[in-house]
Amino acid sequence: MAESITIRKLKERFGDRIKVVPSPFDGMDTVAVKRGDIADVCRFLRREEDLDYDLFRDLTCVDYINETPRFEVVYHLYSISHAHAVRLKARVPEEDPTIDTISGIWVGANWFEREAYDMYGVKFNGHPDLRRLLLYPEFVGHPLRKDYPIDKEQPLVQLREEMKGVR
Amino acid sequence: MGIESALPEGIITTRLDKVINWGRKWSFFCYPFITACCGMEYMAAAASHYDIARFGAEFPRFSPRQADLMLVVGTISHKVAPVLRLVYEQMCEPKWVMAVGACACSGGFYRNYSVVQGADRIIPIDVYVTGCPPRPEAFLDGIMKMQAKVDTESILSRRN
Ligand code: SF4
Repeated sequence: MAESITIRKLKERFGDRIKVVPSPFDGMDTVAVKRGDIADVCRFLRREEDLDYDLFRDLTCVDYINETPRFEVVYHLYSISHAHAVRLKARVPEEDPTIDTISGIWVGANWFEREAYDMYGVKFNGHPDLRRLLLYPEFVGHPLRKDYPIDKEQPLVQLREEMKGVR
Repeated sequence: MGIESALPEGIITTRLDKVINWGRKWSFFCYPFITACCGMEYMAAAASHYDIARFGAEFPRFSPRQADLMLVVGTISHKVAPVLRLVYEQMCEPKWVMAVGACACSGGFYRNYSVVQGADRIIPIDVYVTGCPPRPEAFLDGIMKMQAKVDTESILSRRN
């Protein structure tokens, strides 16, 4: 298959700093990015006229618990004017789970980054409001990490079975 | 709290029991605590086709202070559990609770960090309705079970 304009432009601009990875499942253009480059790559994809990635679709995280670096942040972007899509992947190590925010490029990324922080504990540098999105502030830990105990509960109120004299 | 508080100790009131229970069981004022998909079935049950009004329970009250039957319908997460407890505590005696659907009864298929494994870990439950979601018929069956349970109560047993 011929190289798409996205891949060509990215290679021209970033050279060895990016790596095209195969995506046999859906054939979407998929690019592995160094985590320090993520904001640059995103800004390039957003601003370059022939690419014009104006729609932020998704951001999530994967916990590859037995690999180093452990986490992988995955981005899905789309261009409404050109009808093309790209997937970016950036590895983030366990010791220092941080990556630059892209919420300044697409505002839609704001809550997705908060969710990834909530569930996986990946911190997004420069995020304007990095609080938990879904869980309560009292929650300790990040439940979608593979080493979070599956049955662990963190109740906010005393459960009835723990109360004295409950009928 | 109800009429029973006006009666002095030592009075046995079988006939009064009957008439009060009859009044209570045919005039449930429901507080629907709806959090998830089961709510659709409650809406179906409450609408004209299934017609919950046949059981005198057609009038949802969205203030716990005006309700006597709480319907816990849907998934109860640990995040919402304090609200559930607060709403329950704000209801006046006598009060009953119906858990509708697998999630409210036992946590359903959510066995994870966020879901309370059964609303009865937060508040006492009188009737459990199974199903994911229960059909409106099952919901109405639950209302009938609730009525049967109210019928067995004595106003003396709730006096304290
Ligand atoms: S029991 Fe099923 S239908 Fe009801 S709230 Fe849970 S998942 Fe939804």
